[in-house]
Amino acid sequence: MTAMAAAPNPAPAPARRMPPVPGRSAIAARGWHAAHKWLLARRVVQMATLLLFLAGPWFGIWIVKGNLSSSLALGVLPLTDPLLVLQSLAAGHLPYRDALIGAAIVALFYALVGGRVFCSWVCPVNVLTDAAAWLRRRLGIKSGRTPPEALRWWLLAGVLAASAATGSIAWEFVNPVSMLHRGVIFGIGAGLAIVAAVFVFDLLVASRGWCGHVCPMGALYALVGARSVLRVSAVRRAKCDDCMDCFTVCPEPQVIRPALKSVGGAGPLIQAPACTNCGRCIDVCSVDVFRFATRFDQRSES
Amino acid sequence: MASPNRPESSSRRRFLNNVAGAAGGAAMLSLGVGLYAKQASALPALALRPPGALGEADFLGTCIRCGLCVRDCPYDTLSLAQLGDHVATGSPYFTARQVPCEMCENIPCVRACPSGALDRGLTDIGKAKMGLAVLVDQETCLNFLGLRCDVCYRVCPVIDKAITLERRHNPRSDRHALLIPTVHSDACTGCGKCEKSCVLPEAAIKVFPFAIAKGQAAAHYRKGWEEKDKAGGSLIGDQIQMPTRRPDALPEAVK
Repeated sequence: MTAMAAAPNPAPAPARRMPPVPGRSAIAARGWHAAHKWLLARRVVQMATLLLFLAGPWFGIWIVKGNLSSSLALGVLPLTDPLLVLQSLAAGHLPYRDALIGAAIVALFYALVGGRVFCSWVCPVNVLTDAAAWLRRRLGIKSGRTPPEALRWWLLAGVLAASAATGSIAWEFVNPVSMLHRGVIFGIGAGLAIVAAVFVFDLLVASRGWCGHVCPMGALYALVGARSVLRVSAVRRAKCDDCMDCFTVCPEPQVIRPALKSVGGAGPLIQAPACTNCGRCIDVCSVDVFRFATRFDQRSES
Repeated sequence: MASPNRPESSSRRRFLNNVAGAAGGAAMLSLGVGLYAKQASALPALALRPPGALGEADFLGTCIRCGLCVRDCPYDTLSLAQLGDHVATGSPYFTARQVPCEMCENIPCVRACPSGALDRGLTDIGKAKMGLAVLVDQETCLNFLGLRCDVCYRVCPVIDKAITLERRHNPRSDRHALLIPTVHSDACTGCGKCEKSCVLPEAAIKVFPFAIAKGQAAAHYRKGWEEKDKAGGSLIGDQIQMPTRRPDALPEAVK
């Protein structure tokens, strides 16, 4: 350290070794809060969702009972995870109407706002994998090998096949998503190890590995919201200065390029089902390329 | 013939490699999940399902692990299994020795279940079959030793139907009676109150899942005495009185 400081010309090498911090120019242009608007909104929604479930067992305020697998809000509104119902059907069981209606409501909602809005705005594992991605970026970790992006589609099919073959809801034996959410509310036990494994996997093995490549729940929600109304649009893509910040922060970076760079004459809407509508690209862009839009809004401004 | 070095050929190869990698990886993971699901499906002998639960195999294909039954149980009897509990992760169960089922008349846990894993066809809690009580240890049960403990019999919500005291001779004193707590499977709901209240440090009466606790008679077995009652008389007619045949030729002394 002293040798470095005593050097006549402090070489820029250590500074260059620091990984770039995405969004720095956006913070400079619009201020910290505006450059974290959607991120903060997501964290608030994630925490509020969890608090709704915890208000009952912790404070005796029963607004929502159950967990993300299935819940009953205010004693009337059933909400059920569609993947669970699909697995149950694959296992050869027709669930009661409550669960079917609950799954239909959930599917309809995410079909409108974007299936993977569940992933980025509700799922508790998102906080964990976002933290892993952030840490991986800050520490400059490049190790590991990322599984193919299509793994999740095959795993979704495989999970349904396993349910059919065993006659049980197979994915629930290992699903870290429900394990974490249920664990926070009902007690987690050794499930903590599986949740920790997901964090370590994302940190050391594969960048955005779990949510972006493995999780079959995310895969199903992507299918559900494949034609959703709410989309991110690169409306002012002509202004893009190629700083790459959006690619760095995006949990599914492959979805941006067609819309941003007009690949094959594509419009400015991000159409890929894998987009989670997290809005982080909107946050970090210093020239305001992105904004939320509807799928019918194909205009682009310059 | 396409040259192996043509770019479309190499991109096709990369594509096929990717597909094979993803499909193969997913198949391995699914197989692992399936095998684990199969292996982790065994229910430990002391874990009981809530009233109205489908048979264990069907239960695991129907229960979506939401915990609504747990929430609506007024006695905190039920809990959701955590990984490491040896019960399928996230599924509801109770341990009779800790908190038994209080057999609520309106069965709130069954009414809360959104999936059908708890069958709403169960409307009379007296018909529940959560398990079956078995007096497992005749060496330590106080009634078997000739004492009048009777606690399991007294606390039974279906007293004199699910558990009766059967009088038997006490061969030790040769003067007293043994009053043996006897469980009747047609009336026992498996609520576990007997196991909970057994006064011994380790209960002599325990509730097990039905599949463990109950034997099964072969389908073709008939009990002669029951058939006789049903038919109002012997099915093979009255016993024929055979004449006593004596060898007349024998000398008088042998007769």
